[in-house]
Amino acid sequence: MSTKTELELQGTRGVPRVDPEAPAQTKKDFTSDQEVRWCPGCGDYAVLAAVQGFLPELGLRRENIVFISGIGCSSRFPYYLDTYGMHSIHGRAPAIATGLATSREDLSVWVITGDGDALSIGGNHLIHAMRRNVNLTILLFNNKIYGLTKGQYSPTSPIGSVTKSTPVGSVDQPFNPVSLALGAEATFVARTMDSDRNHLTTVLRAAAEHRGTALVEIYQNCPIFNDGAFQLLKDRDEKEARILNLVDGEPVRSGAEHVVARQDDGRLAVVPEDGAAPDSVLVHDAGADDPSEAFALSRLDDGSMTHIPMGIFRAVNRPTYDDLVRAQVDGARSSAGGPAADDDLQTLLHGSDTWQVS
Amino acid sequence: MSSKPMQRLDRVVIRFAGDSGDGMQLTGDRFTSETASLGNDLSTLPNFPAEIRAPAGTLPGVSSFQLHFADHDVLTPGDHPDVLVAMNPAALKANLADLPRGGTIIVNTDEFSKRNLGKVGYATNPIEDGALESWHVHEIALTSITVEALADFGLTRKEKERAKNMLALGLLSWMYSRPLDGTEAFLRAKFAKAPEILEANLTALRAGFNYGETTEDFAVRFEVAPATMPPGTYRTITGNAAMALGLVTAAHRAGLPLLLGSYPITPASDILHTLSGMKRFGVTTLQAEDEIAAVGMALGASFGGALGVTSTSGPGLALKAETIGLGVSTELPLVILDIQRGGPSTGLPTKTEQSDLLQAIHGRNGESPVAVIAPQSPSDCFDIALEAVRLATTYRTPVIVLSDGYLANGSEPWLVPTLTDLPDLEVEFATGPNDTDAKGEPVFHPFLRDPETLARPWAVPGTAGLEHRIGGIEKADVTGHISYDPDNHDKMVRLRQGKIDGIADTIPDLEVDDPSGEARVLVLGWGSTYGPIAAATRLVRATGIQVARAHLRHLNPFPKNLGELLRSYDRVVVPEMNLGQLALLLRGKFLVDVQSHTAVRGLPFPATDLAEVLHKAVAQTLEGVQ
Repeated sequence: MSTKTELELQGTRGVPRVDPEAPAQTKKDFTSDQEVRWCPGCGDYAVLAAVQGFLPELGLRRENIVFISGIGCSSRFPYYLDTYGMHSIHGRAPAIATGLATSREDLSVWVITGDGDALSIGGNHLIHAMRRNVNLTILLFNNKIYGLTKGQYSPTSPIGSVTKSTPVGSVDQPFNPVSLALGAEATFVARTMDSDRNHLTTVLRAAAEHRGTALVEIYQNCPIFNDGAFQLLKDRDEKEARILNLVDGEPVRSGAEHVVARQDDGRLAVVPEDGAAPDSVLVHDAGADDPSEAFALSRLDDGSMTHIPMGIFRAVNRPTYDDLVRAQVDGARSSAGGPAADDDLQTLLHGSDTWQVS
Repeated sequence: MSSKPMQRLDRVVIRFAGDSGDGMQLTGDRFTSETASLGNDLSTLPNFPAEIRAPAGTLPGVSSFQLHFADHDVLTPGDHPDVLVAMNPAALKANLADLPRGGTIIVNTDEFSKRNLGKVGYATNPIEDGALESWHVHEIALTSITVEALADFGLTRKEKERAKNMLALGLLSWMYSRPLDGTEAFLRAKFAKAPEILEANLTALRAGFNYGETTEDFAVRFEVAPATMPPGTYRTITGNAAMALGLVTAAHRAGLPLLLGSYPITPASDILHTLSGMKRFGVTTLQAEDEIAAVGMALGASFGGALGVTSTSGPGLALKAETIGLGVSTELPLVILDIQRGGPSTGLPTKTEQSDLLQAIHGRNGESPVAVIAPQSPSDCFDIALEAVRLATTYRTPVIVLSDGYLANGSEPWLVPTLTDLPDLEVEFATGPNDTDAKGEPVFHPFLRDPETLARPWAVPGTAGLEHRIGGIEKADVTGHISYDPDNHDKMVRLRQGKIDGIADTIPDLEVDDPSGEARVLVLGWGSTYGPIAAATRLVRATGIQVARAHLRHLNPFPKNLGELLRSYDRVVVPEMNLGQLALLLRGKFLVDVQSHTAVRGLPFPATDLAEVLHKAVAQTLEGVQ
């Protein structure tokens, strides 16, 4: 049934596929019997529906898919998918997933995390997973607030956020997760939004097909503690100008009349198209080796959501950590003539310096 | 053949001491190897500073290596050296107090310059001012003799001086009739790519040997006959090396790939180093970004059906606590090696202590029981690794192994086991449904337990039909769904505790060493104090006084007969290198008022000190009864 090319299947290379003759998998196959317990109106529902909807399209055997999460509202995600899953501890999902993905080439491993889980308590594990380029798909649900602990500011909340723990406004400089991921050498970095099902599905599919760490920031609305955080990007009148849709090989546009162009000082800016020199207009190149331009794009957002690039910032090929680790083990085995037998181990126990007592 | 008379000794303790850059650990290792190949029993104690290179010639920079070898079984590295090799004034000053009067000192006179003496506060030269007149001193210009022996080499003076440890080794090898061929082979391998350095070291080694033979300073040579040991093939092994070999062997016997997640930390790093060279045996080592990630990687691998292991020391165990709790909750196999060192906090990184016992047993939130075991000697680290894997895979539980710096770096002869004689550790994974639902349809329940072990099934991703979710939230009994039900939580807490308690059914009763059967005092230890306690017991018995001895390898749960055993003696003495952690557990669990004897000096107990404690305990017990 699969019509995908080998290149497109890189991300899940080694993962067993469903029998093409068998009845096609459906969303129902990926839905567990557990009652979903997010708040009414939570953006997580839309993401869950999108994931359950497109997983069958990957054509992977369900038992070879594993979702690992940390702590937070979104980290309940694995319970609702009828795959293997682990709801782990705060911030540690990337580390646990690294151990699993490295020891099992035949699994498609997903990490579900939030802005607090990934960027605050688990910041170290996140950046190291990305710089190692472990074959993981990381979905970072960013609602710019702590939901599960009931409304404290998060590492993505804007300065001045008035929350339960910051009654006169937060003073912490927020992270831009895309900038952070690019700085950490991630090979696939994208941003999408809970409310745009088509865009979400397209980005998730590309992430799943990427071999290496794919970091997808998903803007996700928390209707209880931070409702409307992304309303400007959902508003019919506002969104066209604010959302810069990244399409590989196409100029980066803002609305009908503006484009992103390189300035004389080398920086990127959103300018009227008719005043821009044609060779200054930025044509998006997600496959560029140098992440500088992708980083510059991520910095167009000054925190006011005036210009928010959406889509795939970067998608490049670099050997993955887990592949390299396995290659070393396999190499050591094959150059020694195959897996160790009892005799080989007995020789190891003896070492090189023994003596006999009779 | 030597022209000098040979004197036979039954045991010798030698301490090599010098500056951190003098190569004393290497010298000690080589002397150990030569000694082992002669068939002596032996025990070693490397002792080095945490600083990689403290300022040369200062007291903090002194590094030493003590070796005890004998024609009978050796239990400790020796309380006091018979011979001290002091490569500089700092080494002399730092170690002289340990050397009984009448002992032998070999000093490198070249280093006793006014400047070096001043660095350690010697106003006058102790070699000349009579300060050493109670000892037998050999004054040897080790550095200049080395440089002279290497006169024809095109090396710098500094490079020549560096070979002085080989000269010292050659001399000591002559003194104690050790063969040089093992060291020569070692040097050939080590310096295969630097032929001139190799020749210089070989020349210095032989020059040292010949120096002993020719100089009139040494009138006799000594020999120590081989010890009587069970027949078989032997090698020397350190605790960390034995631990690594034990893990590889256990994984092989279990049919599992081994994944070690680790973050470098003294004194555990050698386990990471050793296992990283064993890829050929299906071993994967991941050097993590931190201690937490290291144990997370191991747990992730265990979820996937590998043998997940993490190695660390006390500060790292503290960081891993939450993930070990997740291992308790998810009920997955996980082996945690804690190579203990002096604490709290950074403490004494290179010194030994056994003060993580309570951390291992209790150091997590909630009711979070894990199995805790401890090896008693360097070679026992091999067996303890096998036991850790047996417990982890049989009971699907984290297992904490408490080794320590003394066992990790100390070495002893090891009777190499025959692989096929070792326990079969084969693991069974879940392959299909294990229950039926209300409608009678077959289903898989991830928390349906084995009635005997109370272990849940190990169902790994990739197994069709067994898809399930686990995590740190409380799970409903049997189904494993999230549950906040009060009765269910109470039941699950007790089930997890019951599972660990049930391990006691498969561990042997604690055996008591009480040859006469008349002892009224029991000395009970755990972990690395085995050697000193056994040696102390031997000393006490040699005076005609009876004392019983037992040693715990299983700390949680305890052997089933422990309470009864404690109550059957008038007095129980518990020596520990902490402030009484096992004593606290024994009192709490068995209401037996054990006598705690403690020391936290970063060094193993001297056997003579413990013997004195036991003498007193026996005397007081007898008085109390009269």
